[in-house]
Amino acid sequence: MSPLSGYLLVSAMIFCIGLAGALTRRNAIMVLIGIELMLNAANLNFIAFWRFSDTPETQTGLMFALFSIAIAAAEAAVGLALIIMIYRHFRTANVDKVEDMKG
Amino acid sequence: MTLPFAIIAGLTVGSAIAAVSLRNLVHCALSLVLTFAGLAGLYLQLNAEFIGFTQILVYVGAVSILIVFAILFTRSTEPKDEPSTVTPWIGVAVAIGTFLTMAVSILGSPVSRRAAGPMGEVSVKTLGQKLMTDYVLPLEVMALLLTAAMLGAVIIAMREKEAK
Repeated sequence: MSPLSGYLLVSAMIFCIGLAGALTRRNAIMVLIGIELMLNAANLNFIAFWRFSDTPETQTGLMFALFSIAIAAAEAAVGLALIIMIYRHFRTANVDKVEDMKG
Repeated sequence: MTLPFAIIAGLTVGSAIAAVSLRNLVHCALSLVLTFAGLAGLYLQLNAEFIGFTQILVYVGAVSILIVFAILFTRSTEPKDEPSTVTPWIGVAVAIGTFLTMAVSILGSPVSRRAAGPMGEVSVKTLGQKLMTDYVLPLEVMALLLTAAMLGAVIIAMREKEAK
């Protein structure tokens, strides 16, 4: 197994673990943890492809990962504020119980 | 595949599995910290030192603390983890199917057999110079986004108090 495919397989594993967590857990915080894992898997792909590219000195993959980390931080702050608001309003963080807009 | 890579990768994947499968939310958050630290180790192995330390600062330092605070704020009256209403096996099956699809395409692709080339001129100094020249517009947009997200998070979380 080559080094690059090792990193890509680890990234795919983390992505699928995050996907399974976001799909199966019912607590909104656990869904957010799954989404964070998926974002981190994408970052690992950016860095791995950057390192094994022909021109690492352009640093494009590093830049993309850097901006991706900043966006993920903003997403986590807003997402957790929304979860706290939902908890205050519905007295639960279970995403199945929040069904006021269910048709 | 080298031994350090195998150790860090095993630790990262194992703690990621623990982070989504443990029953206690605080244990999940602590396993998530371990996953983030393992990913930082993988970045360091890939010669991306600055991203590795950014990962430790932002994720291990800030995001995990935010998650722990959110868990503490939302669990006071929460009953024990209730059984989910849909069977979890559907989600797990979807995830395993996605992984098998990705693994087959990764192992079959000629791109994944590339070897790491010479690094060239890559340092934190050149990274900073690029941020201030080529990438200055995305940097400013990012600053605006972070400010807006911070204000938005504060306003969303404070609204209930104003109404009283």
